[in-house]
Amino acid sequence: MSKGFWDVINTLDRRIIFLILLVCVTLPLLLNVGGEIRPTPPVRRAHAAVASLEAGDVMLVSIDFDATSAPELMPMLRSVLRQAFEKDVRVIMLGHIAIGLPLGHMALEEVAAEYGKEYGVDYVDLGYRPGYIAVMIGMGREIRDFFDSDYQGLQVEDLPVMDGVHSYADIDLLFGFEHGAVIDYWVRYAQARFDQRMAFGTTAVMAPDAYPYLQSNQIEGLVGGLKGAAEYETLIGRPGLGTRGMPAQQWAHLLVIGFILLGNIGYFVTRRNRG
Amino acid sequence: MGSPVVTIIGTWLAGFLTLAILSFLYKDNPFYKLAEHLYVGVSAGYWLIYVAFFDVEPMLIDTFMTETGVEKWIILVPGLLGLIMLSRWFPRTAWLSRWPIAFTVGIGAGLGITANLQGYVIPQVEATLIPMTGWNLVTLSNIVLVVGVVSTLLYFYFSKPHKGVLGGAARVGVVFIMISFGASFGYTLMARISLLIGRLYFLLHDLLHVLD
Repeated sequence: MSKGFWDVINTLDRRIIFLILLVCVTLPLLLNVGGEIRPTPPVRRAHAAVASLEAGDVMLVSIDFDATSAPELMPMLRSVLRQAFEKDVRVIMLGHIAIGLPLGHMALEEVAAEYGKEYGVDYVDLGYRPGYIAVMIGMGREIRDFFDSDYQGLQVEDLPVMDGVHSYADIDLLFGFEHGAVIDYWVRYAQARFDQRMAFGTTAVMAPDAYPYLQSNQIEGLVGGLKGAAEYETLIGRPGLGTRGMPAQQWAHLLVIGFILLGNIGYFVTRRNRG
Repeated sequence: MGSPVVTIIGTWLAGFLTLAILSFLYKDNPFYKLAEHLYVGVSAGYWLIYVAFFDVEPMLIDTFMTETGVEKWIILVPGLLGLIMLSRWFPRTAWLSRWPIAFTVGIGAGLGITANLQGYVIPQVEATLIPMTGWNLVTLSNIVLVVGVVSTLLYFYFSKPHKGVLGGAARVGVVFIMISFGASFGYTLMARISLLIGRLYFLLHDLLHVLD
């Protein structure tokens, strides 16, 4: 009887596991069960970096992700933009993943509308230019060398939001949203060479690679994954998808831990029974 | 967003494509294939249009037409190197593509070496030179960090057999590496679950309106 049970566990059809996971994620979303979210120091530091900006300061937002990472990065992008617009910070958006820029633009327009911000005066979307290393290094000299027009072809010179903004020296904080290695280039070229202040929101996959930069104080804050997004939403007092998704995330994690335990116990039991 | 009709059609299309992709979890099927091919095609088309009309045209063609003097002609150098890359399509001229590749590799190596030293190696070494005195949690954390760095580096020292003190230190390094792999796996799992949450939220909230 016991042997039969563990054999079933060890040979369980993966589609049954998918189904259980689906139920486990859907139920908390439907029931909207909440829980306390305690912001961690890396997220607090990122929040503090934006909080340190004053009205009229310039924040460069880099969209370095695409649709495959949107569920994790869009909630934190919205939160950071809300915090910036709340403080009347000028927002300059650009990106190194062309296919992801429309996502960033959607969030920018959505949040700007919430705060009554005007395009070209309070915020701008410069779009994408190829060759991110050349762009990053060149921006240390003159941003207009690469971005002489915005994403829709308007001349940057005609946009008041860009007044006095020529290089990293005129940018008070860079906040990048990363799903790949672009974070390494930002740190190694913009931070190391030009001493640019920066904080990042990353996918959970990228977060372990970014922690060394936080530990060495090369970056000022780190928001990792949907959990980081939920913590940031808590800090600005505006719950969103991150907060809503946390119970589902917890249930799913407990389920996977259970599966790992079951799978390992099953492996050892069947090996003992056979051997 | 566009008109409400466009929004509704877009939402239903996105819902259909989401379910089509998720249907692969049951087994491969024509709906999954359709969604997969659409994604690849749309992505490639988007990149092509973006690069052609937002990069090549304004940065190469327009610059050449409007600039005067040296700047007008210097722009031909990257343009020519880019064209030479296309010689790979023809076996008889494929060797020409080595020039732009050599140019790219040379630039990349030159930039990479200095950037890695300046932006990674030196700051990380500096961040490892931390105080290990006193009895508090910070000191404990610092000791763990230094022991982790040193033992992991020793694990990758292959010039001597891993025996004795070196073998012991290498084994400690393996423990740290395994913990690091575990953390990466945990974070990766968290990311994948987040993606599922994002899609389910879209289906339940935007498409079916069963979430507030």
